[in-house]
Amino acid sequence: MAIESSSWAIRSAWLLAKDLKSEFRTRYALNAILMFALTTLAVVSFSLGASSLSPKMAASLFWLVIFFSSMSGLAQVFVKEEESRTVNLLRLVATPGIVLCGKFLYNLALLLILEIVVVPVFAVLVNVPILNLWLFLSVLLVGSLGLASATTIIAAIISRARVKGALFAVLSFPILLPLLIAAIDGTYLSLQGEGFSACWSDLRLLISYAVVMFTASLLLFDFVWSE
Amino acid sequence: MISLQTKELGKWFGTRKIFDRLDLYLEEKGSLVVTGKNGSGKTTLLKILCGLLRPTKGEVLINFGERNLTRQESRNLLGLVMPDLELYGELTALENLLFLSRIRGLNLSRGELEMKIDQVGLAGREDDPVFSFSSGMKQRLKYALALLFDPRVLLLDEPTANLDEDGILLVDRIVSQQKERGILILATNEKADLKYGDRVIQLGN
Amino acid sequence: MFWKLLLLVWMCGVIVAAFLLPPPQSQLGDVSRIFFFHVPVAWVAVLAFLTAFVYSIRYLRGKDLALDAKAAVASRLGLLFAILATITGSIFAKSSWGSYWNWDPRETSLFILLLIYGAYLVLRSAVEPEERRAALSSVYAILAFVTVPFLVFVVPRVYQSLHPTDSVIDQRFRFQMPPAILATFLASLLGFTSLYVWLFKLETRINTLSGELKEESV
Repeated sequence: MAIESSSWAIRSAWLLAKDLKSEFRTRYALNAILMFALTTLAVVSFSLGASSLSPKMAASLFWLVIFFSSMSGLAQVFVKEEESRTVNLLRLVATPGIVLCGKFLYNLALLLILEIVVVPVFAVLVNVPILNLWLFLSVLLVGSLGLASATTIIAAIISRARVKGALFAVLSFPILLPLLIAAIDGTYLSLQGEGFSACWSDLRLLISYAVVMFTASLLLFDFVWSE
Repeated sequence: MISLQTKELGKWFGTRKIFDRLDLYLEEKGSLVVTGKNGSGKTTLLKILCGLLRPTKGEVLINFGERNLTRQESRNLLGLVMPDLELYGELTALENLLFLSRIRGLNLSRGELEMKIDQVGLAGREDDPVFSFSSGMKQRLKYALALLFDPRVLLLDEPTANLDEDGILLVDRIVSQQKERGILILATNEKADLKYGDRVIQLGN
Repeated sequence: MFWKLLLLVWMCGVIVAAFLLPPPQSQLGDVSRIFFFHVPVAWVAVLAFLTAFVYSIRYLRGKDLALDAKAAVASRLGLLFAILATITGSIFAKSSWGSYWNWDPRETSLFILLLIYGAYLVLRSAVEPEERRAALSSVYAILAFVTVPFLVFVVPRVYQSLHPTDSVIDQRFRFQMPPAILATFLASLLGFTSLYVWLFKLETRINTLSGELKEESV
């Protein structure tokens, strides 16, 4: 038999490629996420009119938009497999570790696409200058790593629940709270034009959150995935 | 030499007993038909055998020679056709097989995969998305997938569901091939399918 | 039976002592007496969280549904005590800082604890069958516990504290606490902890018995 033990990373990438391919064909999650983000931003912009937000408010608003947009779509990563009854197939052909890595990469990819759209729109509509752009992007990137890890394992949990509706946000919020607090603080500092040194404790927290959450997910995923 | 054995296998859903004390033993070239009323646990049994469900009691042992295989190892020897096992609708037939073989670590070429699709009578449709397939065509594609990995143990749930006459002939061929080289277990209520197995057990009594 | 009665007498003693024994505090007056109830209740809320975490890990290792049932019992009690701690804390906050809720770090932590308990119990009610419910809720309890260190680190940095500096966490206060206050406080801590243990055992027994009844009826 021609079993070639291609590496973990390659197999995870195949899962990512599969999910991206079917996402671009169906726009199952992406449309929901993007429309949610754009609508929220538009509403805020309308109600603000010509007045502008303080950096603190702008940073909170920015992460609120990211958080709720993720809540509207990132659960699909597992829910869709469950609903289209393909989940058993995936269980049979892939090991749990590969499934988790692939799905994590997919959620990360969706988040990055969301951010590529939201950041410019946010900057234009909400009218807040980003004084330290590199710091802003760094906070955003490490924040997204943590957000993707936490949402992936929670999506796996809720995909196996009877009622899914609001469960995703309910379960995610307490887990994501430290990440949100640190990310809002870091974003606030970057809007103010502070340097990396001022923001270092936030960045450190966001990085360690992502590492801890991903490791914990890897250890716990099999209990969620297999019956 | 491969063998499959269950020891004192039992499954409960909550307090509802599905079956209990099931002892099966199958060796290479052995085949078994599982019958029983709807809800008697045929599919559940098959899912337990392939490791998708955990039994409440007892265990399933798959041995290769003297060696007992782990769950992950034995999965690589299994092929499965089941109503509960859908393919990805948005992907084409070929993309489905390509993805599923690659994620399993099997490096089959496009040509080889196309050949498998031809073998189940779907030549010319490999680049169509699976959601456009009829249920009989989907069933054929599931056979192509199950045979992709040259399974030593083939599990079939409702093997002839949705198939036309040609399709049933295809199943006949697959079944007789499997009986040459491995173990075959199928769950069915069709009288016509009973001939596929050397032995028949009935669940639900 | 004996322990139950002893607990009753003990708790009555604690209540009476809390109101009569220590003299009113110089700055806060009689309001400070709520400290004898608020802190032990909050402590039990945290203890229950720890219990749920330990039983969740043990469930995943042993796959014994009785362990998962214990984690659930601990969470339900934890929710009850967290609510009590929130209420007593709010009463105190209103009379000493002027508003019921201030987002002080410890209020925030308690609020997050409430959210976690709530989420955990909602998850339990949304999953069937038992084994799956047990596995999923255990995983969630562990995930929630893993985030606690981050909260401990991040929350106090963002929100300024209003809590009395002479609270029980403060080391200096331990030595300054007058003996009457210290004795009452420790007695209350012991009383509430035992109350929790007793409730926990009682609930667990109810669970086991109802499980047995269900099996018999089938």
